[in-house]
Amino acid sequence: MSIDRFTIPDTLRYTVEHEWADLSGDIATVGITDYAQDALGDVTYVELPAVGRQLAANETFGVVESVKTFSDLFAPVAGEVVEVNAEVVADPSVLNREPYGGAWLVKIRVSGGAEALLDAEGYKAHLAKIS
Amino acid sequence: MSSTPTTRLPLHDRHVAAGARFASFAGFEMPMWYSGIVDEHHAVRQAAGLFDVSHMGEVFVRGPGATAAVDRLVTNRCAALPVGKALYTAMCRPDGGIVDDLIVARLGEQEWLICVNAANRHKDANWIRAQIGGEAEVTDDSDAWAQLAIQGPKAVGIVQQVVGAGVVLPAPFHVAWAELAGVRVLLSRTGYTGEDGFEIYIPRDHAVPVFDALVAAGQPEGLKLAGLGCRDTLRLEARLALYGQDIDDSTTPVQAGLGWVVGWDKADFIGRDALLAERAAGPARVLRGFVLTEKGVMRHGYPIFDGERQVGEITSGSVAPTLGSVSIGLGYVEREVADREELLIGIRDRRVPATVTKKAFYSRPRVG
Repeated sequence: MSIDRFTIPDTLRYTVEHEWADLSGDIATVGITDYAQDALGDVTYVELPAVGRQLAANETFGVVESVKTFSDLFAPVAGEVVEVNAEVVADPSVLNREPYGGAWLVKIRVSGGAEALLDAEGYKAHLAKIS
Repeated sequence: MSSTPTTRLPLHDRHVAAGARFASFAGFEMPMWYSGIVDEHHAVRQAAGLFDVSHMGEVFVRGPGATAAVDRLVTNRCAALPVGKALYTAMCRPDGGIVDDLIVARLGEQEWLICVNAANRHKDANWIRAQIGGEAEVTDDSDAWAQLAIQGPKAVGIVQQVVGAGVVLPAPFHVAWAELAGVRVLLSRTGYTGEDGFEIYIPRDHAVPVFDALVAAGQPEGLKLAGLGCRDTLRLEARLALYGQDIDDSTTPVQAGLGWVVGWDKADFIGRDALLAERAAGPARVLRGFVLTEKGVMRHGYPIFDGERQVGEITSGSVAPTLGSVSIGLGYVEREVADREELLIGIRDRRVPATVTKKAFYSRPRVG
């Protein structure tokens, strides 16, 4: 499968579990990648953590259910959840339509772990390896 | 993941051209979805969907003893079935365990087609030969046939267009040979979606013109290509069992709520004594349907609880696109709790209430 059809913005950071993180100051805005939403298919349900929860890097913080399957969400960074996206919980199909835009999932106040994230080139290389 | 090499369907190139996403299933590279599972699901409920189900197996039983042999092989009464009639049934082991669930069709006085599940093809062919091979000629002809399923309220009209207005199509649960796009095919008015429609048996090398003709006639009617993904959500809404999940060698028709496919007054069939005994004593566990009352999705293998006590396990779970994407599932529970109105489903660290039902989640509206 060609990875060229997936949008992978240069401005974001990535995990091998297909989350993205937009780092701005000490806040990381987190979502799932175009590859992830494509692999899941029609997303029907999203479970997100409560605001205030402390996450370790790589800790499971929620789940995305599609019609066919489900996938755990892994924290790209360590820190406190400061905001969750209620709109994506109300209408999970937005994850399929705009995974990098309206479908961000949580915002985390970063306490560590950001240095381990992949840049866009690194994530593309990872996708090329697994697909 | 299995490392077994996968077989491509005869229409593989058509699926690629249509943008299919593939996955390996029962040794075949199968289209999972094209436009999306939910979109295809709605197309089948509202108009029509075209499925490539060439992975399914076709076993023929012929010869002077064929009808008596098939009648003993399967749980249903079929010796009295008229030529051209088909039925859904099971074949069981002597202990009542289900070897496979089947569509059998009487093609002639002593000629039968048995449509078997792809994953069971070799197991079934060996089983059938071992049980009745001395009485009739058993041929596993699966490699020679492609199979398309066209399902949905517009399906019959589309097939009528392609075969021509003058041709009388078989009624529900009947089969008939017909010429479709210049190819002689077997039309079977059966399906696995809860909708009206046909399963069409096509000589494998002639699948392309039949496919193209159905697509051309169907697209103006709203027909969409439909993959294995929505086949699963459609059959689950219609409460049709999936072999390997809801039924298998360790479950019986009595447990699975398939007593209606058993000819209880039939003099002899394989598994009869065990099934009669289990029916009389009452099965230890029974299959029930579940509708989740809160958010979340039931999946295969999730535990079912009565309070703190585990009383069963979900065998199939998904969302029901026709029912507003509520989660529905099937699962076996101990008989003692089978008549409860509500039980709990273990979804990761939550216990979520689900209503318990014996009925189909979806039944198509009947007209006339």
